[in-house]
Amino acid sequence: MTGALTDAEVRRIKADFPILQTSVNGHPLVYLDSGATSQRPLAVLDAERDYLLNLNAAVHRGAHTLAAEATEVFEDARATVAGFIGADEGELVWTSNATEAVNLVAYAFSNASAGRGGVAAERLRIGRGDDIVTTEMEHHANLIPWQELAARTGANLRVIPVDDDGALRLDELSSYITERTRLVAATHVSNVLGVVNPIERLVAAAHEVGALFLLDACQSVPHLPVDASALDVDFAVFSGHKMLGPTGIGALYGRRELLESMPPFLTGGSMITTVSMTEAEYLPPPQRFEAGTQRVSQAIALAAAVRYLDGIGMPRIAAHEAELGHRLVDGLGAIDGVRVLGAGIDLPRVGLASIDVAGIHSHDLGQFLDDRGIAVRVGHHCAQPLHRRLGVTSSTRASTYIYNTADDVDAVIDGVAAAIDFFRRVR
Amino acid sequence: MSSSDLQNLYQELILDHSRTPHGYGLRDEVRSQSHQVNPTCGDEITLQVHRAEDGTIEAIAWEGHGCAISQASASLFAELVEGMPQAGVERRIDVFREAMRSRGKIEPDPELLGDAAALGGVSRYVARVKCAMLAWVAAEDALRKLEG
Repeated sequence: MTGALTDAEVRRIKADFPILQTSVNGHPLVYLDSGATSQRPLAVLDAERDYLLNLNAAVHRGAHTLAAEATEVFEDARATVAGFIGADEGELVWTSNATEAVNLVAYAFSNASAGRGGVAAERLRIGRGDDIVTTEMEHHANLIPWQELAARTGANLRVIPVDDDGALRLDELSSYITERTRLVAATHVSNVLGVVNPIERLVAAAHEVGALFLLDACQSVPHLPVDASALDVDFAVFSGHKMLGPTGIGALYGRRELLESMPPFLTGGSMITTVSMTEAEYLPPPQRFEAGTQRVSQAIALAAAVRYLDGIGMPRIAAHEAELGHRLVDGLGAIDGVRVLGAGIDLPRVGLASIDVAGIHSHDLGQFLDDRGIAVRVGHHCAQPLHRRLGVTSSTRASTYIYNTADDVDAVIDGVAAAIDFFRRVR
Repeated sequence: MSSSDLQNLYQELILDHSRTPHGYGLRDEVRSQSHQVNPTCGDEITLQVHRAEDGTIEAIAWEGHGCAISQASASLFAELVEGMPQAGVERRIDVFREAMRSRGKIEPDPELLGDAAALGGVSRYVARVKCAMLAWVAAEDALRKLEG
């Protein structure tokens, strides 16, 4: 099958998610907060339960049967998730979440700059006179680790601005990405605007000056086909709970030779070869970056989530999301007094839109929608600088996924219109 | 149709106060002020306590931005405590906090809290209690600074 999902398919998909059959405040739940966290289908819950009921054991240690089988399914899960983003299993490091994955890279730079990692880590040494480049539309998770890295190393943090619509100022790229740039970190899909950035241009600009590129793929991997090697990024981060998987697991993709050159971030058990009282030698990647007890059942559940998504097909999911995204932007934008952030940006979209409503605070709007059983995100969505640049403190965000229908989108559009009437009844 | 809880949360009195707030606008001369932020939504308030010679609270002056609940609450607080002795203000902050934290179990006493008792419905919405408390916490902090 090709093209977007049919209504019948979405209804079948929805039936796999028990929580979506529940009611909230006396109304059937309309879940439009998948940008924050997605719901999990039975197949994912069952995979985790099956593992715990039948195979649970510590991985990469112990020689008993369960330990060996657990290690095998754990590594199979890695291969499945790596394959999903066009990587091989040696290039995928499990982390607790995407935030930890960004910090893992930031601390590899930091530790290399402090002299760790030997000759191999030369490329990661930064200091005064070097630039780290990020953008004005980043989630705090792809900003604050770089602020801290700059503060620790003396490097300079530079920020590619956005225009009045919120689009990246690609025309100014060459004044931000220069021969001083050592790393560029940017988001694939904005968690506020829902637009898919033309990341190839940023990657090319970074590589042209010999800088590395880290992609925040938290809002793209769940919603679009993403091939890390085809995109030619050096690093990519994403989290499990936004793609039908569990919380507590995320991943770092890194090009093999880069991971091999990186000193570890977290250290301790399971990431070493030989240990004396004064020093230790480390395992090759990915184990070098997986200190301590691993999130085994979560990894297995995330692999099940990936199989579920593959069963539908990522190109079709992307088409479904684009349809819902345009319906959201058009429908919300047509309401008097509603400003859809980034509505004017001419880029592909996922099913996500954030709005500012004149005279109505996002918390009040969210409360009104919740009263109708509609779950949306309110606040700054961990992107204060972008909100400030667009002249708002907070916004109300609706975000869709595979289980959302056009009716769900229409429910939030109608809800916003009704909220405006409700809050404006007193003049 | 909105639920009665929602209607109660956003009564006309509250929406009115949020639109035409009492005490809005900071003064240049200030003995004590406090700045408070709600980190989950970025809402903020700067609130000044102006105390007269005789120890009564002459006025509350504030500026800020936020949801209807936080704006109305600041306005209702400013209106309530004007001309009140400091100890009375402190007592009302305690009483209001107790009602807000009660998850709908304690109806605020209108004898003590005046129109601010209309905010009672907020306590059913745990996520919104911080919004209602923002100005009162700022006032508590500013009063403490006045003592110091």
